[in-house]
Parts: sequence; structure tokens; C-alpha cells
Amino acid sequence: MTPILSVRALEKTFGAVVAARDITVDVPPQQTIGVIGANGAGKTTFINMITGHLRPTKGSIRFEDRDITGRPSREITRLGISRSFQVAQVFPSLTLFENMCAAAAVAQASDGARMFRPLRSPATMRQAEESIELFRVAHYRHTRASTLPQGVRKLLDIAMAVVGTPRILLLDEPTSGISIEEKFDLMDVVMSALKSRRLTVLFVEHDMEIVARFADRVLAFYDGTIIADGPPAQALADARVQSLISGTKPLRPEAHA
Amino acid sequence: MLTLFAIVTDGLVYAAYLFLVAVGLTLIFGVMKILNVTHGSFYAFGAYGAATAVGIYYDRGLPDAGGFLLMLLVAIGVGFILGLVLERGVLRLVYGRDEVIVVLVTYAAFLILEDVIVLIWGPQSYAAYQPMVAAGSIELGELVLSNYDILLVLLATFLAVVTYWALKHTRYGRLLTVVIYDRETAAAFGINVTVVFTVTFVIGAILGTIGGAVMAPKISVTLGIGVEVIVLAFAVVATGGMGSVEGAVVGALIVGLARAAAVHLFPQLELFVIYAVMALVLVFRPYGLFTRAAPRKI
Amino acid sequence: MSRGDLLGGLAFLLAAAVAPLLPAWLVSLATIAFANALVVLGLIILWRAGLVPFGQALFYATGAYCVALLARYAGVRDVFLMIIAGAVSAGVIAWIIGFLLARYRDIFFAMLSLAMSMILYGVLVKTEALGSTDGFHVEAGTFLGYRGEMLDLALFWLVLGTCAIAALLVSIYLRTLAGALAIPVRDNEIRVEYLGVSVNRLIHIKLVISGILAGIGGALAALVVEHVDPSMAYWTTSGGFVFVTILAGSGSVAGAFVASLVFELVRSIAVNLLPGTWQLILGSVLLLTILFVPEGLSSVWQRFRRQEKAL
Repeated sequence: MTPILSVRALEKTFGAVVAARDITVDVPPQQTIGVIGANGAGKTTFINMITGHLRPTKGSIRFEDRDITGRPSREITRLGISRSFQVAQVFPSLTLFENMCAAAAVAQASDGARMFRPLRSPATMRQAEESIELFRVAHYRHTRASTLPQGVRKLLDIAMAVVGTPRILLLDEPTSGISIEEKFDLMDVVMSALKSRRLTVLFVEHDMEIVARFADRVLAFYDGTIIADGPPAQALADARVQSLISGTKPLRPEAHA
Repeated sequence: MLTLFAIVTDGLVYAAYLFLVAVGLTLIFGVMKILNVTHGSFYAFGAYGAATAVGIYYDRGLPDAGGFLLMLLVAIGVGFILGLVLERGVLRLVYGRDEVIVVLVTYAAFLILEDVIVLIWGPQSYAAYQPMVAAGSIELGELVLSNYDILLVLLATFLAVVTYWALKHTRYGRLLTVVIYDRETAAAFGINVTVVFTVTFVIGAILGTIGGAVMAPKISVTLGIGVEVIVLAFAVVATGGMGSVEGAVVGALIVGLARAAAVHLFPQLELFVIYAVMALVLVFRPYGLFTRAAPRKI
Repeated sequence: MSRGDLLGGLAFLLAAAVAPLLPAWLVSLATIAFANALVVLGLIILWRAGLVPFGQALFYATGAYCVALLARYAGVRDVFLMIIAGAVSAGVIAWIIGFLLARYRDIFFAMLSLAMSMILYGVLVKTEALGSTDGFHVEAGTFLGYRGEMLDLALFWLVLGTCAIAALLVSIYLRTLAGALAIPVRDNEIRVEYLGVSVNRLIHIKLVISGILAGIGGALAALVVEHVDPSMAYWTTSGGFVFVTILAGSGSVAGAFVASLVFELVRSIAVNLLPGTWQLILGSVLLLTILFVPEGLSSVWQRFRRQEKAL
């Protein structure tokens, strides 16, 4: 099976600082990958290079057998790779529904001419409603984004990334800022939504239990490079991963349902 | 060869004028992130105040040098009062609002102060030439240089050095630098940003009035001098980098020399050159020559 | 067409019908107010996206001088050709400098825009052939060959008609995706970029639209006042347009016209009744507007109607 995403020898340096080096990964379609590592280990740099926020110093990225190395973010989104953000990026002065309408309308405007169609078309609003239902945030439909609870903001952020039917979704710390009790609930909603859309998912996460529960595969970053790559049970038991990243406390029995 | 020399001397004098006018503006922008249109009013008030002071002083046959000193003192006093009233009375009401809104508030204040000038001093012009005449001139070959112009260049240099040194080596200067860099973190460290704002604005105002005062002997002090000065100061500050004293020096020198060259070689381009230089710098360095762009954080 | 558009259209028709009954000075004032309102309309389009240029006078003066030059050197007198010329000349300039300007934001956008307008000012002031600081006279225009007695009224109707068309087109534009994305861009530009839109291209288009509107405004102003001079490119002219934009608020198209009319009335009254303090009055009006009606006059209007959706 050809990988949907193929990264070869990726490297990023900022002057003398090597943020990422020698990253090589093949991602099969519809896999869910948990990306772990300490802060500054290169996880966000990795995501930023795939999504076009940063241009790699060396190496290549292929998406569906097309070279996307160094392309701008908006092109990469249009090609089918979306992301959500560590700090949810929404439109604060608009309501949740209006946020979704904006995302849906842009997703439907596949070419320049369609940018001059009315924003509030029935198709747009229908697509927005679908996404709102999918992520179970209908209760907050008419709330201003600036006043949404953190969890709902993060769901909105992810929903906006997904409304354009991407094939790959990168989630940058989807549960950051969420209380421990609510993390699993949030991820349940997100993951079932994403699975129903048959998306390939890479998510950055610091909570090893979440990783163990939801990931098919784990990429462990340390000092700018990948030190472990495999199913959670194996990767999280790896000695280096335990000493450098996750610690040696045993996981709870509910790991990997 | 003579032309080159003339260009350099004219350019330096004009650069001194630009620096004096721009340094207060760049300081206020750097610390408070406010593009202060009222700076033109500070300049005008400084000039009118100086003209009045000079008029009173030179009638009494006192020593010439004292006149210059008096101008400076009056400028400081006027700047202090004006800056304090404006910052505490008007600006305080719009802190935290959109940058552009604050600029427009300063624009509104400028409009109001333009008429206040007329109410105080009337529509007629004033002359304050005495200090300049008293300073005399020197001859360098075929060129006649006014000593007053030399004095201006010295004053500008002095102010540049003092301001730069004060920002880098005094405790308060370093406080200001911290606030310029990151206001929130500065506040988190216990720096009283409100007081810093007031002090900065008043210092900026005083620098503005001093600029107007020392230029008064060279110009006809009349309505509308503030209007022209504002946009010139903007050009210098945008070229040099907003918030940077070094930038104001370099910006003033570049614009001053470019203008002098235009005046001597292509007079029709005089005004065009100033703004063309500014636009050109902004094309290659959008934030000016001496400011680092802040990276986008996501 | 929405209900708001219909109401606006009715208002324009009413103004046109009532004009012959009004005193000449009021018609004259309204003509200039509405011509300038077009510049404000362009500013509103940009302000909704979070950008406030300090140099719209560049396009205003371009439109005006284009008209004046055509009249003097090419013998063109037809007002409709003049309007088109004003629109095209300003639009081309906007398109060219837009490649650069669309990359800037916030105060740097404002400053670069200001620099551009002052460059034009510098050129105009020093050009003898264009009359330097005095500018030069513009011959009265003809309406498809007709040049009659009721010139003032004809000009008023011309300006009114142009404004009505412009208002309708802008209203429609603001409801399209390109127009409506202004608010998301203002809120969070990075997010819009990540949705798949080139924000710079969007802003470039808005610059061209606002340039064209300002050019038409300048062309009309030249025809009405029958004179052009470099002050039309000076920063205080740009400042005046921004002033009216703040007065109008970014919430509606109608605001541009109402605010412009109010501004001209206040200025006229101030200049004629309290000549020594008209700047003080205008400055105070601006200050009070910013402090007490920060969303402009259009927000006052919206408080009486149901709140319009943001998108």
C-alpha cells in the first residue's frame, strides 16, 4: 500500500540551532499516529514543516505521491492536509456557527470565481451544521467564539480544519488547556468524528494515557529526531522513551481499548 | 566639489533638524506603541513659546547666549505641561484600544491644539531670529556657515548620545527598554507601566517642544508649521525603525542627505525624495532599518 | 438585493427628487459630501479587514488630476468619460502598488500608504506644468454633449447616481465570500490562510476596489469644484477621509454617506459661524465619537433595528 504521507531526511535549522534532523516517516492511509516528546524536541517543527508554516532546510515531503516540500500553507490545505492549533485559532468576534460557515464557505470555494458567490448559501450552512453535529457542539451554536469554554474552542478549531474534507489531519496538542477529567471525553468526540471521516491523523500529545488509548502508532521525538517508532505498547515500553520522555510509571489497565 | 561640500553641510543641518523633531516621536512609539500625531503640536507650541520668550528677552538687552538658554527652558516647561495634560487627560481614556484608534485620538488632539494656538497667539507670524543672528557665522573657503546651524548639529548629536546612553546605561532607561520589548512581561515583573507611560510621553513631548524651540529662529513661526513637521517626523521614524534612537539618527541622516542632494542637484525632486527614500526602505525592511520583526506565534 | 439595499435606493431617489426644492448651498454641500463618501466607502471595505490606510488621498488626487488633465490637454469634457477615466487611472495605480502594500499590516500599512500619497504630493507641488501649489482650473463638464443651465443640479444627480450604483455594488460585494472574509481576516489572519485562502490576494483586491472608489470620488470632486491642486494628495486630506470613516463606523454602507454629510455640515457650520475654531470643533467631534460612539454612526442606526449578522 502506498503511504499517504512520505517524509524523507527532513531537516530544519535556524542558524546554529538544529530543530529537526533526519526525519524519515511513511504514513499509511487512515492510521492514527501519536507524536510524543518533550518541549523543544522537534514535534511542532515537524508539524509546521508538513503544513507549510516552515520551509525545511533539507529533505522532502510527499503527499499522495505529490511533492509538497516548501509549499505555502494555503496550498497544502487545498491539497488535503489540515491542522489544528495548540492555542485554538478561531474568529473571536463571530459566533460558533459563523466560524463554521466561514470555514465551510472557503472549503466550497474551490476556485477564484467562487469567492464572489454569496457567503450564506444553503450548501454552506448545511455543511456547517453537519460539522457542528459531528463534533457535538450544537449547544454553543450562537455563542461568540471569544466566550466559548476552552474545550469547545478546541473542538471548533478542529471542526474548522475538518470541514473541508481533508485526507490528513494534524492535531497540535488537542487536549492542552483541558482539565484531566475532560481530556478523554474530548478525545472520544474528536476521534470518533475523525474515524467516521476516514482521516489519517497525527496528533501531538503529552498525556501518555491518551496516546496509549487512541494511537495505532507512536512517533517519539527527542532532540530533533525520532528515537522510537511503533505501536504504543512497544514504543512506550522502549527504554530510551521511558528515560527521556514518558517516565517509568506503569500505565493504567484501560490502556488501548 | 563645492557642491558636494554644500550637500554634506546642508544635509547634516537638515538631518539635525529631522532628528530633533523625530526622536521624541520614536521614543513614544517604541514604549507606548502610539504614533503620536500631536507631536506636531508639541513642535508648534515649542516654536511659539520660544518666539514669545525671545521677544520678551531680547528687548531687555541681556546677554545673547541667555536667549538661547531661555528658549530651551521655556520649551521644557511647555512640553512638560502639554505632555502631562495630554497623557493623563486624553490618552489614558483610550489605552488598550486598537492602535489606529489611538492614532486618531492624537489626530483629534492635534486639530484641537491647532486652534488653541490661534486662540493664544493669534493668526499672525512671529519671528525669533535673534539667537541665530547673534551667533554669527564662519567662512570656510567659499561657503558661509551659520554658527547657529553648527549649534543645532551639536545639540542634535548631544541629544542622540544622551538618549542612547540613558536608554542603555541608566536604570530608568533600561526599564524603558524592557517595556519597549515586551510590555506584558515588564508589568509581570512589577514595573509600573502606567508611570512609565506618563514619564515617556512627557519626555517625548519635551523633546518635541525643544525641537520646535531651537528651530524657531530659522523659520517664520506661523500657523501650520506643525502640519508639515508631523509627516516629516513620520518619514524619519518609519525609515529608521520605530522605537529606535539609533534608527532616528540614521533615518535623519539618510533623509537629510538625500534631500540636500535633491535640493542642489534636482530641485524638483526635493519633496519626492524624502518620501521615496522612506518607501524604498520600507520595501526592503518593512519595520524600518533598526527594528527586529516580531515572529508570529502559533 | 436585500431590504437594506432597497431602503438605500429609496433614500437616494428621495434625495434626487427633493433636490430642486433645496437651497443651492445645501445641494452644493451635499454634492461634495457624497463625492467624498465614495472614498469613505473604500476605506470601510479595508477597515472591515483591519486595515486603515493613511494615504487614500493618493487615489483621490489621481482621479481628480486625471480628469483635469483630460479636460485641459485632450479636450475631453464628457462627465461620464471623466468618471471612467478617474476610476481606471486610480484603479491601475492601486493595482500596481497593491503588490507591495498588500504585504503590510497595521501601522506599517498605514505608513507606507501615507508615504505613497506624499510622493504624489511632492511630485505635484514641484511640477510647474501642473500649476505647482496653485493647481489649475477644470472646465465644466458636459453630459453626453449637453451643457445646460441646471449644472449644479445635474452634477448633484450625477453624483447621487454614481453613489447609488457604487453603494449597491459594494453592498453585494460585502455579502460575497471575498467581501465577508474581511472580518475573519481582521480577527485571525493566520486562520484564514490555513483555511486555504491567500489573504494577501484578498487584500490586494480590496485595495483596488477602494482605489477605484477614491478615484471616482476625486474625479467627481474635480468636476464639482472645477479646480484641482496638490492639497488633494496631502496627508490632511487623507486624515479627513479617515475621520469620516470613524464617524461612519464599519458596520454599513449607508454609514459612509450619512457620516460624510454630517461631516460636511458640521465643517460648514463651524467655518461660517465660528471661523477661528472650526478645527477645534472637528477635533472635538472626532474625540467624542471615538470615546462615546466607537462603532460609529452606523452602530447607532443598528441599535434601532434588529442586529445585522456579522457575516
